[in-house]
Amino acid sequence: MNLHEYQAKELFRSAGMAVNPGEVAGTPEAVRTLAEGFGGRVVVKAQVHSGGRGKAGGVRLAGSPDEAAAHAAAILGMEISGLTVERVLVSPIEDIASEAYVGVLVDREGQCPLFMVSAEGGIDIEEVAATNPEAIHRLRVDPRYGLMPHQAYWLATRLFDDPRRARQAARVISQLYNAFVNSGASMAEINPLISTAGGEVKAIDAKVSIDDNELFRRPGVAELRDPGSESGADAQAREAGLSFVKLDGNVGCCVNGAGLAMATMDLVKYYGGEPANFLDIGGSSNPDKVVAAIEIITSDPSVEVILFNIFGGITRCDDVARGIVEATGRIDIDVPIVIRLTGTNEDLARTILADAGFAAGTSMDEVVQEAVRLAG
Amino acid sequence: MSIYVDENTRVVVQGITGRDGSFHTRQMMAYGTRVVSGVTPGKGGRDFEGPDGGAVPVFDTVAEAVGETGADASVIYVPPAFAASAIMEAADAGVSFIVCVTEGIPVLDMTRAHALARDRGCRVLGPNCPGIICPGKTTLGIIPGRMVIPGPVGLISRSGTLTYEAVHHLTRDGLGQTTCVGIGGDPLIGTSFVDCLAAFAEDPDTEAIVMIGEIGGTAEQEAAAWASANLSIPVVGFIAGRTAPPGKRMGHAGAIISGSSGTAAEKTKAFEDNGIKVAERPAEISSLVAEALGG
Repeated sequence: MNLHEYQAKELFRSAGMAVNPGEVAGTPEAVRTLAEGFGGRVVVKAQVHSGGRGKAGGVRLAGSPDEAAAHAAAILGMEISGLTVERVLVSPIEDIASEAYVGVLVDREGQCPLFMVSAEGGIDIEEVAATNPEAIHRLRVDPRYGLMPHQAYWLATRLFDDPRRARQAARVISQLYNAFVNSGASMAEINPLISTAGGEVKAIDAKVSIDDNELFRRPGVAELRDPGSESGADAQAREAGLSFVKLDGNVGCCVNGAGLAMATMDLVKYYGGEPANFLDIGGSSNPDKVVAAIEIITSDPSVEVILFNIFGGITRCDDVARGIVEATGRIDIDVPIVIRLTGTNEDLARTILADAGFAAGTSMDEVVQEAVRLAG
Repeated sequence: MSIYVDENTRVVVQGITGRDGSFHTRQMMAYGTRVVSGVTPGKGGRDFEGPDGGAVPVFDTVAEAVGETGADASVIYVPPAFAASAIMEAADAGVSFIVCVTEGIPVLDMTRAHALARDRGCRVLGPNCPGIICPGKTTLGIIPGRMVIPGPVGLISRSGTLTYEAVHHLTRDGLGQTTCVGIGGDPLIGTSFVDCLAAFAEDPDTEAIVMIGEIGGTAEQEAAAWASANLSIPVVGFIAGRTAPPGKRMGHAGAIISGSSGTAAEKTKAFEDNGIKVAERPAEISSLVAEALGG
């Protein structure tokens, strides 16, 4: 789950970090009032879960409250990567002497938190990694000890030569690590961490992704989810405990297991079709999940056919069959359903389906080809 | 031969009295796995009833289970909130091989659990994995026993049901397996493709290896390079997620393309550049293995 910039900044502030001030607003009038309070010269930033806000025109500098209101009118309602901007963050313009990058994420290879810092901040760090990799310094953290003070100081001295600034940066880096761990984040980033001409060091942008597996034990963090940033189908899938990703094709896919679900999408494409979604109903044998899955798939108007691919191991084929029969009784489905079932209790499943007028194949290749043909 | 475990492996099941744990313990015992004890805190002193009336003693702690019953491997079916500490408990109790089936463990918990297991010299398989099966000998986890037969193929996979799909074809075509290992769909897993390749390389009975990878991370690329430098037996590959969009988690926590890294195209190329034949469809895996074995 991604946080908005303003939420990430709040998280950093509660860890004690020096972060530039800012308030969110949803109307140009409110932005004008905030700009007046900040002395007139402000930056207005779209709050959406998307990179490239600046390039899309979602970040603008204003010299007066009137200009800030005009910028807000342009940004609010704007679409950035398919997401509508509903809020902007208003902050005073800072007097920037230098910009650095500080980020921490969970490193797959080292199996531990990994800091990445660079004195070249304010630009996309992947770009720095590609063009000037030696400008990025890395440090792995032993999760049992946490970030030790000398490590934070070492990182800070990669960013600032001036000891006063380096000491402040070390504090920020430690605070970032604490915020990262205490919020159950998988990634936390400050880009840029600035120093002002007066020698102050502070964060003026913030990005945090939370590990979804942490949310059950962090209700305060879970509350930060922005329902507006999630489609109806995504929310329904999350609530039903299904893994779902919407795609652009017309073959609706319902599969048990993530790997098989990906392989099914790939096979649809292989036979000339386009998958409408990734959907993993998981290992459970709950017919209700199947019903929810069919509801989600059929809510997409571009779906022309529903393809079930079930390899029964833990999942019992008869449970899936019952779910299909139940769903077709409960909701109006006006597209054909093609079914592949094999494995645990497949004979029973076939009987249940046959009684309800459905046929089921056993070969993944054959059934996928049939689905692609029906999708046109 | 098999890798990591065999018919002599003595298994303690953590979470043996839970819904999933009890079901799969009975499945394992029915297959022939030597389940010697179980652990559920607060339920020590009871007996768990296996199939055919066999009873398994239940303990409050893994240390007691290991001390009383000589377990040397553990299978974990406990909920995500407690699974990382279950791994640490087993590693601390001296178990040398842990299969963690649990999906959804917070990744920061796993950074600590993996660190401790490494310190204790304990191998963790998973988490978020279907386990390991040595056909005709033993099974630890949830892989259904009836779909495998003994034979010369070693199989390594990040996925559960996709593994079943591949094994289904192998078995149907008469290509049995030495061991099938599900290494797990999480970003931080204890046993990698390379670890399994190295173990299979030591096994004289394994004559070909199947590697089933997916998008996300670089484990397949590393495995391809390792195989090319170290293996004398053929490897057949498959990569799931060619149609996956970047930046979206495809079910498995580890199955995500970050930026332009971890794509199926990149992994397929790494396989091919290192002489690994890549199946385009799951059904093709078996025929490529047959070809590689000269059948």
